[in-house]
Amino acid sequence: MTELERKQDRAPIPAGWEYATAPESREIVELRERYGHFVGGEWLEPKESYATIDPSSEEPLAEVGQATEEEVGLAVSAAREAFEDGWSKLPGSERAKYLFRIARILQERSREFAVLESLNGGKPIRESRDVDLPLSAAHFFYYAGWADKLEYAFPNRQPEPLGVAGQIIPWNFPLLMLAWKIAPALAAGNTVVLKPAETTPLSALLFCDVLRQAELPAGVVNIVTGDGRAGAALVKGEVDKVAFTGSTEVGKAIQRELAGTGKKLTLELGGKAANVIFDDAALDQAVEGIVNGIYFNQGHVCCAGSRLLVQESIYEPVISKLKRRLATLRVGDPLDKNTDVGAINSRAQLEKIEELVRSGEEEGAEIYQPPCRLPEKGYWFVPTVFTNVAQSYRISQEEIFGPVLSVLTFRTPDEAVEKANNTPYGLSAGVWTEKGSRILSMAQKLRAGVIWANTYNRFDPGSPFGGYKESGFGREGGLHGLEPYLKFE
Amino acid sequence: MAQAPALPAGFELPLEPRHPRTRSVSIDQVAVEERAGSLAKRSIKRESKVFALELAVRMTDLTTLEGADTPGKVAALASKAIRPDPSDAAVPSVAAVCIYPNLVPTAVERLRGSDVKVASVATAFPSGQSPLEAKLEEVRWVVEHGADEVDMVIDRGAFLAGRYAKVYDEIVRVKEACGGAHLKVILETGELGTYDNVRRASLLAMAAGGDFIKTSTGKLSSAATLPVALVMLEAIRDVYEETGRRVGFKPAGGIRSAKQAVQHLVLVHETLGVDWLTPDLYRFGASSLLNDILMQLRKEKTGRYQSPDYFTID
Amino acid sequence: MTRLPIRKTYKLFIGGEFPRSESGRTYEAEGQNVALASRKDVRDAVRAARAAFGKWAAMTAYNRGQVLYRIAEMMEARRAEFADLCSGPKEVERSIDRVVWYAGWADKLAQVLGSSNPVAGPYFNFTVPEPTGVVGILAPGEPALAGLVSRIAPAIVGGNAAVVVASESHPLAAVELAEVLATADVPGGVVNILTGRGEELAPVLAGHMDVNALDVSGADGQVPELERLAAENVKRVVHGAPDDQSPWEIAGFLELKTVWHPIGV
Repeated sequence: MTELERKQDRAPIPAGWEYATAPESREIVELRERYGHFVGGEWLEPKESYATIDPSSEEPLAEVGQATEEEVGLAVSAAREAFEDGWSKLPGSERAKYLFRIARILQERSREFAVLESLNGGKPIRESRDVDLPLSAAHFFYYAGWADKLEYAFPNRQPEPLGVAGQIIPWNFPLLMLAWKIAPALAAGNTVVLKPAETTPLSALLFCDVLRQAELPAGVVNIVTGDGRAGAALVKGEVDKVAFTGSTEVGKAIQRELAGTGKKLTLELGGKAANVIFDDAALDQAVEGIVNGIYFNQGHVCCAGSRLLVQESIYEPVISKLKRRLATLRVGDPLDKNTDVGAINSRAQLEKIEELVRSGEEEGAEIYQPPCRLPEKGYWFVPTVFTNVAQSYRISQEEIFGPVLSVLTFRTPDEAVEKANNTPYGLSAGVWTEKGSRILSMAQKLRAGVIWANTYNRFDPGSPFGGYKESGFGREGGLHGLEPYLKFE
Repeated sequence: MAQAPALPAGFELPLEPRHPRTRSVSIDQVAVEERAGSLAKRSIKRESKVFALELAVRMTDLTTLEGADTPGKVAALASKAIRPDPSDAAVPSVAAVCIYPNLVPTAVERLRGSDVKVASVATAFPSGQSPLEAKLEEVRWVVEHGADEVDMVIDRGAFLAGRYAKVYDEIVRVKEACGGAHLKVILETGELGTYDNVRRASLLAMAAGGDFIKTSTGKLSSAATLPVALVMLEAIRDVYEETGRRVGFKPAGGIRSAKQAVQHLVLVHETLGVDWLTPDLYRFGASSLLNDILMQLRKEKTGRYQSPDYFTID
Repeated sequence: MTRLPIRKTYKLFIGGEFPRSESGRTYEAEGQNVALASRKDVRDAVRAARAAFGKWAAMTAYNRGQVLYRIAEMMEARRAEFADLCSGPKEVERSIDRVVWYAGWADKLAQVLGSSNPVAGPYFNFTVPEPTGVVGILAPGEPALAGLVSRIAPAIVGGNAAVVVASESHPLAAVELAEVLATADVPGGVVNILTGRGEELAPVLAGHMDVNALDVSGADGQVPELERLAAENVKRVVHGAPDDQSPWEIAGFLELKTVWHPIGV
């Protein structure tokens, strides 16, 4: 060795590796101070308004309108006029072109929308960038292709649009839910009035700029913002169809309201999905699937795998791997590219989660939460697992809509089916086993509208989505997603 | 009363539930590729990136495995191994050089007094298609001549024909022949066909006493992909959790950029934790990777994108 | 002084590139020297199509749909050029709209052409459409652009790769289309376009053992002979509609695969 080589640094290796923050820049989004309602292609100055915030910091982002009954009525009239004046008479191939334009513009402005979605809703930028936005654009692209092919979707049935659709969407996937509603409605030849959720209006309002760029005729899409009162006004309005995604409680209220009116209705409500792991599952991938099933989007997913049904014979390794995996989940700033679990959407939701978690502890379940440093401001909840859970506990029965997993065990496939189906809900379920025949047998017996085998939380515009029982009726996605927006002579 | 005959030898039933984690070799391809893809998206910047890159240098096995290798080539490599960046003494030495048996004496001579280890391939690298005796002789020879570490290849022919006992036995014998030298077992994952087989081979190599399991010889085009690494790291973790034994991991082949190296480190960090972030339990098998890491380190320090012209080849 | 324009050289389109005919020949069509493809060019084109097929078929249907939409985007940008090479703007618009129409089918074929079949037994049974492979297309002589597009789009949207023999009398629209394909994110080899004499090239394509289907829309008098040649490797022979659109035009180039799996614990 030479003299120089002897001087080579031999410092010891430091312990621990902290990832530096990796924030996505907010600058790509231009927020206005105030937004009105988008009616008949114009911005309507709202009579009442409120502030919408960033749930990770409680910082107000903009003032948006609280639509009155009158304002909702104006939107419905604009939609009606647009429907009768032209949209319904436009050839399907021309309607298709508008939808293709919207899809392409969303792809171009994808980053801008992703940042806004995370800012207003609290979900990690990695999810809005890699899941919400691509799926939203894909949804428009998919339904664009159906607009001029309806006779092939419904051979011999002469499909016709219904007219005006009133659509109410939730806060968990604001832009994606908007795409799920608007794309099929327009493809089928309807016009719409859409009300985004109270806490997440901004991506819908920015979407109006996409409509301007696409030169969509005025009144085909109208956006009114506000809380449940605005939604109620829309349901009562002169619409031909109501599409609602949200809580089961409100869904039932809407169904009651619409009784006897002849208005068509589809509902996509809550769930309490069972994620069933058999002892021959590919273990590490199954654990990843559990984690994805309940902690993706902070558990704010109607089809979340919130009940883990694990076969007793592999209980120990599964729970041990699960707890270890929880410790690597990064909770924090939604705009940080490394964040896995973002903010809870609102104070109200946070309180609901806290209340149910308290009930779990009181009823006797064992709680586990990995050590986690939470920010000072904003709404946060640490990913949580409950073991020693009985079917009767509230945390097994009620939808928590947060990052909280309840673990139950089973011995045989029949018992798994029984427990999984033992709920008034029926939106989704997961099955983990390497045995093909068992996947198909479970899929056959589980009473749920979406069954994920050896995967979870997979969505595609071509894949019909919707629930059994109190999780709602009607399907969104695929050929079947067109049917609720058509009438057949 | 008649007695039932005893079970014939070779027909052993696992009657006790042992080691549930290492019993199964089923890996779901789609899920494992997705998980690896998701980890690859971690954004590692600034001080955390510098930390990772400096660590990567320390964990590099600087490699040359060519038919055309000469003492001159290896001597130059050894200099580079000790002082990767002559203009910056803060850049640490690498962990080891990795060479063919004939070059071991040169490497040992050149590296005497430094902390850089001499790792030699052996056992008819890269094919492994030679009689066991010849392979063992080769191992003994390199150890005698001063190699600190031996990188062996498993017999893939036997493995794919289902003759696991032969594969196992060879590893055990090679480990014996290594004496005090530490043994890395190369699985050549690109030839194994499925992730299930990668897991199976990993568990087998660890059971047979390997100190490290290594992905590839670097001689095939598809080598140390992130999903393969993830499968092997999870196997290492399962063995650790069942038995307390820590086995090291070395991805080799196809890791050319600093970005890939950081992605591999993220995989270890989030699967096995910080305990494995040390040259005692992790190595990169690489040649051109080192210069890309040096360029990235200098870019972090100066803020400018770099040119290869400013970094010596060896 | 009027400026002298730079004239285009009209070459073949094979494997995403623009080579001259290996035979070095040209012929005069529509006032230009156009490459006159040979049997060896057909050979090279089929090879390129086969090489491209695997990846094209493995792309998601959504991706293929987007590529076809991009073809329409690129065609729209060249409306004026295309109008000069066919019967006029109306034909161009019809052709572009046709590509958009077919683009929308990519991710819907399985739902319309495929099925889940209720067999009598504890089995899950489903049928999926799959592309047949390499398709040889004899483009209709007329209409120069719409005919070409009406045969190419249904072949490729389902995942096939195509070797196209362009209209002998109106080949320039085909070369213009080749330029569009080269800029529309279509992987090289998915569509190959040969200009030349149908009488010379069609039998080579019809008899080629590595071509899976033959579209005889533009074959005119040769059809019986071509069908006979096609029988050698049991090609699917398609008599396509020269200027129409339908999912059944797509189905002509698709296979149907049915899978069984038991249902049990």
